[in-house]
Amino acid sequence: MSEPLVELRQLHKSFGDNHVLRGIDLTVAKGEVLCIIGPSGSGKSTLLRCVNMLEQPTGGQVFVAGVELTHRDCDIDKARRATGMVFQQFNLFSHLSVRDNITISLRKVLKMKSTDANARADALLNRVGLADKASAYPAQLSGGQQQRVAIARALAMEPSVMLFDEATSALDPELVGDVLGVMRELAEEGMTMLVVTHEMGFARNVADRVIFMDGGVIVEEGKPAQVINEPREERTKKFLANVLEN
Amino acid sequence: MNMSRRQRLQLVRGGIYALTIAALALLIISVDWGALGGALFKWEVVQKQFPDILTSALRNTIIFTIFGFIGGLSLGLLLAIMRLSKSKPYRWFAATYIEILRGIPLLVTLLILGFGIPIATGWSWPNPYVQGAVPLALVAGAYIAETVRAGIEAVPRGQMEAARSLGMSYTRAMVTVIIPQAFRIIVPPLTNEFVLLIKDTSLISVLGVTERTLDLARFGRNGVNDSANATPLVVAGLVYLALTIPLTQLAAWMERRSKVGRR
Repeated sequence: MSEPLVELRQLHKSFGDNHVLRGIDLTVAKGEVLCIIGPSGSGKSTLLRCVNMLEQPTGGQVFVAGVELTHRDCDIDKARRATGMVFQQFNLFSHLSVRDNITISLRKVLKMKSTDANARADALLNRVGLADKASAYPAQLSGGQQQRVAIARALAMEPSVMLFDEATSALDPELVGDVLGVMRELAEEGMTMLVVTHEMGFARNVADRVIFMDGGVIVEEGKPAQVINEPREERTKKFLANVLEN
Repeated sequence: MNMSRRQRLQLVRGGIYALTIAALALLIISVDWGALGGALFKWEVVQKQFPDILTSALRNTIIFTIFGFIGGLSLGLLLAIMRLSKSKPYRWFAATYIEILRGIPLLVTLLILGFGIPIATGWSWPNPYVQGAVPLALVAGAYIAETVRAGIEAVPRGQMEAARSLGMSYTRAMVTVIIPQAFRIIVPPLTNEFVLLIKDTSLISVLGVTERTLDLARFGRNGVNDSANATPLVVAGLVYLALTIPLTQLAAWMERRSKVGRR
């Protein structure tokens, strides 16, 4: 664990009167896999969405790969390339084929040639086990396949950190394993990852560190074995008891 | 007498059918079909409409419609994007434009722009096609803007977020991700706008047209004056239907298909 790749300083976010994030300080080292757990409404998705500024923080600072995204002179479109995001609802572009979903940002943002972009797309599809689906359209794929394409699409921009926002929550239970498998491989290859998840097994086995959020603050953080198996805080214990019961 | 609810319904329905048939029969008996046919569909007059009604009048109607539609679509797209913009002056301008142009009858707008502006400024329209097509496009743009806006708003929010998260600017995401999907959604309503536009071209002739720029409606009306018979208008109506019915059917078909496609 060396230099911090993501750093949040006193991050606040309000939606009107609703104070969702109440002063978050967090650093994530290069190569670290951080799982964020907590009840719904605890602010964990908002926290993740502040890292690539899909939500504009109301206070505090966000640094990614040494660039302050919250700085008023920051070119946010350029700075966002350092982060890749995977959404709960996949959000594949429904009018584009699987290959074009992956290459569109390469061609339109990085101005890469089509042949180079296609080669990168095919390599990524191979990696997520969907090489035969390059010409398919999102609607023709299962949820698990769509989510693996979405991961490939985010990876295409070669981000230095990947953000997973409940990536398996919208999937049928039997499809969750494939997506978690891809995420696990990614972690093993050394990708820096921030993962908002309800999958305690994944958090326990893959994460380097787990943070538990509730009410817009980080309540507890530590090694997964400690936070999940021997939580210190009452709120963490109660949440885990509820989650692990099911 | 005791009847079930179902029996009573059947009795009422049978009565309505019988009355309708009786009324139709009365109409058929009382009308002088020979005279009506002679006034509305006289064969010699029908023949006299061709080929000019197709080579000239239909052609002009299509020219007005297509230029009105292309202009209206470009303007509508621009106005829709302005209405959804973060900038207040843009939103305000677009909303005001749309309200005004949709609130005034096309006939009045045509007269103001076609006659009023030249009288007020001394400027004159370069040719009758432009004089007719420009006001038509300006009004069509207001209607199409609302259709396009609805289409853009129907694209799920996550599409914009995914595009932005990949490093696309707002404009780039709009052009490559949102608008193409919005257009898929609005093809059926846009086809209906096109049909409305075909019919609206019939008003352009109030601007006074030359022999060369007669549209279908004016051609029919002139035909009535020439032949002292209403047949030319009926023929013009039939030519309109030959244009509009296939298009409305196409729109209905596309609508059904898109409903099947989306789960």
